[in-house]
Amino acid sequence: MPDKIRVVIAKPGLDGHDRGAKVIARALRDAGMEVIYTGLRQTPEQIVATAIQEDADAVGISILSGAHHFYFEKVIGLLKEKGAEDIIVFGGGVIPEEDVPDLINMGAGAVFGPGTPTGTTIEWLKEAVETNK
Amino acid sequence: MPELLKKVLNGDVRGIARAISMIEDQIIKTGTSEAETLMQDIYPHTGKAWVIGVTGSPGAGKSTLTDKLIEQYRAEGKKVGVIAIDPSSPFSGGAILADRIRMQRHTDDPHVYIRSMGTRGSLGGVSNGTREAALILDASGKDVVIIETVGVGQSEVEIMKIADTVCVILVPGLGDDIQIMKAGIMEIADVFVVNKADKEGADKVARETRAMLDLLKDKSWIPPVVLTIAEDGSGLPELVSKIELHKKFMNDTKAGLLRIEKRTNTEVETLLLSRLSGRVEQLWGTYKSDKIKDLLLRKTNPYAVVEEIITNL
Repeated sequence: MPDKIRVVIAKPGLDGHDRGAKVIARALRDAGMEVIYTGLRQTPEQIVATAIQEDADAVGISILSGAHHFYFEKVIGLLKEKGAEDIIVFGGGVIPEEDVPDLINMGAGAVFGPGTPTGTTIEWLKEAVETNK
Repeated sequence: MPELLKKVLNGDVRGIARAISMIEDQIIKTGTSEAETLMQDIYPHTGKAWVIGVTGSPGAGKSTLTDKLIEQYRAEGKKVGVIAIDPSSPFSGGAILADRIRMQRHTDDPHVYIRSMGTRGSLGGVSNGTREAALILDASGKDVVIIETVGVGQSEVEIMKIADTVCVILVPGLGDDIQIMKAGIMEIADVFVVNKADKEGADKVARETRAMLDLLKDKSWIPPVVLTIAEDGSGLPELVSKIELHKKFMNDTKAGLLRIEKRTNTEVETLLLSRLSGRVEQLWGTYKSDKIKDLLLRKTNPYAVVEEIITNL
């Protein structure tokens, strides 16, 4: 049996819209993954500490507030600082398409916009974790 | 010394996290896995942490109470490890592990380590690697390890094989004392916690629990009943002092030491069983081609075959 994929799903900042995060958490669970759900209003420090303590393969960040630039930069930077840059960072929420290349440049693995079928995220994540090993 | 072991003993967070994943992914069955070697190396460094089990029905307040226990122990300057177990889906094998939502304020405290685990098919209220995860946290220098079980019903008693002090959380409004009297959950408690003590009926639950404890056969330790309101922290200092009292009982009395010995006994038996179950398939495999036809023709019977296999072990 292959090792189980563990994913942290986190909601940084002050926006309280967690429907998307919950939908993706359930979809990943149904795909056989272990999803560590942190709840709302997480600081980048909390997200990174959680990912490391949980030995996560990936961190999914859900943002609908428009502050994606700040949070991605912070989370990716902190992971590097802690020597945990091998943990994949991906995101979803309301993120304008023209901002995506910037986030990818920072080191995000992928960004999934509204309306992405959950299957797309699952397939991408499985492959990303596999190639990361 | 192997790199991973060194990291665990130094309390390195990534090392601890990796070690726990390793034992989760390699269920102890073969005797040759990396996980087993690691556990053999780790064991001599354990026995320092006090392991507290927190168990009770879903919604009883286990996570909130655990959060408050972390706070209490941190105030005393103790290092705390937490293992929070949630159920894995029997359909996909996946899980949503969300106990730590209630404890996130401790996440960036470097002296608190919180790990979520899925049950992965284990039915006793804990997961297969929980005991090992607790040992790893012990070896990493934690003073207290808190294990929060899945929300249990009436027979998930595995926690008593792992924890030094088991706290059973009761809440008002879940039925009469007959529910508590049914087999299982009552017998595993070292401390009873009646949580949500501000709710109607809490006093009654506490009274009925105490009344039931009168019937205990072994009176060497009578589990105290503590009323708490986890939400605002009421009763928490008392709970911590009762846990401390139980620790003294376990370490300083003959009856307590006897319990520890009994648990060590169980620990070996459990491991032995798990290893043997790993051998069953292999053993039967060597006999199968020889016996299956005769079995189907009813020339022999399963009882005789098993007897033969066991005799030739």
